[in-house]
Amino acid sequence: MVSNAPAHRPQAAGLPTPMLPQPFQIQRVSQETPDTFTLVLQPASGTAPFCFLPGQFNMLYAFGVGEVPISISGDPAHTQILVHTIRAVGTVTKAIQKLKPGRVLGVRGPFGSHWPVAEAAGHDIVIVVGGLGLAPLRPAIYQILAHRAEYGNFELIVGARTPADLLYHKELERWRGRFDFRVHVTVDSASPAWRNNVGVVTTLIPRARFDPWQTAALVCGPGVMMRFTVQELLQRGVKPENIYISMERNMQCGIGLCGHCQLGPYFICKDGPVFAFDQIEKWFALREI
Amino acid sequence: METLLPILAAHPFLAGLESKHSQKLAECASLVSFNPGQMVYTEGQTATHFYLIRYGRVALEIHTARRGAITLATVGEGEFLGWSWIVSPHRWHIDARALELTRAIALDFSCVLRYCEADHDLGYEFMKRFAVVLAQSLRFLKLQLVDVYGV
Repeated sequence: MVSNAPAHRPQAAGLPTPMLPQPFQIQRVSQETPDTFTLVLQPASGTAPFCFLPGQFNMLYAFGVGEVPISISGDPAHTQILVHTIRAVGTVTKAIQKLKPGRVLGVRGPFGSHWPVAEAAGHDIVIVVGGLGLAPLRPAIYQILAHRAEYGNFELIVGARTPADLLYHKELERWRGRFDFRVHVTVDSASPAWRNNVGVVTTLIPRARFDPWQTAALVCGPGVMMRFTVQELLQRGVKPENIYISMERNMQCGIGLCGHCQLGPYFICKDGPVFAFDQIEKWFALREI
Repeated sequence: METLLPILAAHPFLAGLESKHSQKLAECASLVSFNPGQMVYTEGQTATHFYLIRYGRVALEIHTARRGAITLATVGEGEFLGWSWIVSPHRWHIDARALELTRAIALDFSCVLRYCEADHDLGYEFMKRFAVVLAQSLRFLKLQLVDVYGV
């Protein structure tokens, strides 16, 4: 069924040399949550298209500060711009947060494997995201919606700590208004003014409508959230080889040379970040590696 | 009575139940609905019924003096609401409030208990299903305590 073979691992095709950052200018900055923001970038040197596949990431370089791996969160069909949603948690991301439109960032990429969106055609799709996990899956959602007729039921399950922590509010509202897929949103805690679900994101999996035997599940979020989400999906009968997760490690070179992101026999930057669960299961369950 | 049987059978909690057992439960069942904002039950009240939600959404809340109502979880379509009835003193320990128009099957707990006592096959089947609901609730609540977005 859905292939998890290395065939869906394009190399860094968008830029000429993988280790050389290319200058990209910030076109727009929008605040998503108090600590999370979205950058829209354009190549500073011209209008060369930036092609990527959903799930891939770039190394963003704040000049003089450092580099960080950030998933691409824009529409793969819009190749003239590059979109990244970033949480300001460390030195580099906080430095990037301070940059205004017109300033320039270094970009290396795209790197890594991708969500098997094309390969999942003909199947039901269930996407489960927690917190910032919606950002790396947004390109997959765009791509599925652009080819909606090729898929069966499509369920998007979004979890966050509180309503204020939800990403892409307006887009979620727009999606919820569509008739061709279902969007479920839940938060861990909320005031009575919140009219939607309360509970961890896994509570919504039993409610989702999909045929477990013909379903591709794409999961992204904090490690513990993914672990329990995978358990629920397996309990619903989704095959391990049809569950995809996006792993996070200390990615630095982006091309599997430096070894910082090694997990068992894999380099997350090159072999991942997207893995089929059966591929990574043994390492996923191991503690302290 | 006949009209309730297909409605009972359509609810995931009772799906696949033997027809002789469904018929007994149907005798304990009634259809209820709650408007948005309406209380389904309130902390401290005697628990006389439990509910199988058909449509809508119900918030489980604890009321506090300083912060008002705090929503702990929501229960929706196809789910089970209210398990305080099972243990003495049969009182609700939290509030349940409909967030939207909610339609449910209300099951009279003393009636269900009577049938379960009289027919242990039904009692065992019922408790097996009930245990799944409880285990799932506990699993989700434990995960909620962990604060998955903060670890």
